[in-house]
Amino acid sequence: MKLIDRSIEKFFWIAAVLSLSITVLIFGFMVILGFPLFKGGQFFELLSQPWLPDYGTYGIYPMIVGTLSISLIGLVFAFPLSLGCSAFISVLGPKRFGRVLKKIVQMMTGIPTVIYGFVGIFLLVPIIRELFEHGSGMCILSASILLAILISPTMILFFSDSFDQVPKPFLDAVDALGGNKAQKILYVILPYSLRGVITGLILALGRAMGDTMIALMIAGNAVAIPDSVLDSTRTLTAHIALIIAADFESLEFKTLFACGIILYLFTTFITLSVRSFDLMPWRRK
Amino acid sequence: MKRASCLAWIFVFMMAGNLSAFAGNLDLFEGMKGTLRIAGGTAHIPVMKEAAKRIMTFNGDIQIIIAGGGSGVGIKQVGEGLVDIGNSGRKPTDKEINKYQLKMFKWAIDGVGVVVNPGNKVKALSKAQLIDIFSGKINNWKSIGGVDKPINVYTRDKASGTRAVFWKKALDKGEITAKANFVVSNGAMKSAISSDPYAIGYVSVGYIDESVAPVALGGVVPTLENVKQGKYQIARGLYSNTKGEPSGLTKKFIDFIFSPEGQKIASEKGFIPVQ
Repeated sequence: MKLIDRSIEKFFWIAAVLSLSITVLIFGFMVILGFPLFKGGQFFELLSQPWLPDYGTYGIYPMIVGTLSISLIGLVFAFPLSLGCSAFISVLGPKRFGRVLKKIVQMMTGIPTVIYGFVGIFLLVPIIRELFEHGSGMCILSASILLAILISPTMILFFSDSFDQVPKPFLDAVDALGGNKAQKILYVILPYSLRGVITGLILALGRAMGDTMIALMIAGNAVAIPDSVLDSTRTLTAHIALIIAADFESLEFKTLFACGIILYLFTTFITLSVRSFDLMPWRRK
Repeated sequence: MKRASCLAWIFVFMMAGNLSAFAGNLDLFEGMKGTLRIAGGTAHIPVMKEAAKRIMTFNGDIQIIIAGGGSGVGIKQVGEGLVDIGNSGRKPTDKEINKYQLKMFKWAIDGVGVVVNPGNKVKALSKAQLIDIFSGKINNWKSIGGVDKPINVYTRDKASGTRAVFWKKALDKGEITAKANFVVSNGAMKSAISSDPYAIGYVSVGYIDESVAPVALGGVVPTLENVKQGKYQIARGLYSNTKGEPSGLTKKFIDFIFSPEGQKIASEKGFIPVQ
């Protein structure tokens, strides 16, 4: 038995080391292949320049702006929606209906993003185009609305899980004091599960930044820096997908590694902030 | 994340039936078996699909997989041995030919036409107007006789052979506005234009149907007939490229494309056969 125990332990240890080293290796790979950019000192220029390959300028600043604006606006749409949904599931709504809603939300997490993109092209884009009469309808607004739908299930499930962890005596106390359901959410559940809410929010932001298909299909992929939410824009992920076909030797292709590094750093930063948030000593009562 | 696979053009037919009764040029594939992988130019896809369907119906032991990706992808993937045939809607550059030892087969000629939404009143442009529209100087349909709406320019990414030809021959290598929307294939261009009433873009003439309206350029409408007669100048060859001399199934497939039946498919799909 001892032998089996130890070999299982070894197996998990190897699995952990392997997955860790793959993550590190990917980063190393991008840095090494993007090294010519670092050496020439171009890396930091790339971050602030526009993308004009015909003039020899391969900056990715417009894509960074695109990624940040689409994912942050998406988060602004998705957060109240998710908070309301999970409050309804856990507290406000009738128990049985809440359970059905939760099942539906769970199912939504499995829908491939390309489906959202497809629906968006035929339903959302024409509406946005006719409503605002500005541009093609393929814009930051359309993409972030769809992205909000994409990331909401992640947040809703995360929120309602942390809502469910509020100890029952707390909730009973509210009832005993004659508080209504809204007060229960506002003064007991939300403060208690604040940590879960923020963690869910940050995870959803990571998912929004990493998404490729919705941005590629809906955001229009223009390389100009957007002036308004109705302008077409290109995200880092969509940019990689579009330029990957360029010649290996070209400078265009090499700048993709800069995109990769930036995306990687964004998501690493997000993950680290989740972790540090978990490790923080304070605890709300 | 491979672009080709994202583009949803993977197409596999596995047919057990063997309908050898009316074979004709398909006799080439008698007794062959194996898998043939094709990727690249999206203009080629209708012809590739039809040829693949006939071949796989004739001989169920052959499997042909067709992916899109654009001309740049086709050349790159065939050069690296990822696919057997890499299609391109432009002639590979000398650099690409030398680097990958490409062998080119030009099997049809195709025009690249400017298209707008069928509801658009503007059906003719001069070359100067076209250049100004794509560079962003003209940005409202009103100034060229249409409705008072901003013009939405659609373009393709750098890997596109259609873009390369259009940029060189229609725009005289002029600038394309940074505000232009990017789409990833001829098919995606067609669906974008057909759903956006204020759009302008360009597609392979083989793709033009009633869902988009062709725009006459300098008085010449981009039709198959006008391309054939040489009246419409924005045309290019459709190439299938192999790494080195093709052999086996790859050679048979290319022979089929050049056979009367293959060339007939090309002309049915809206291209001008070379033979």
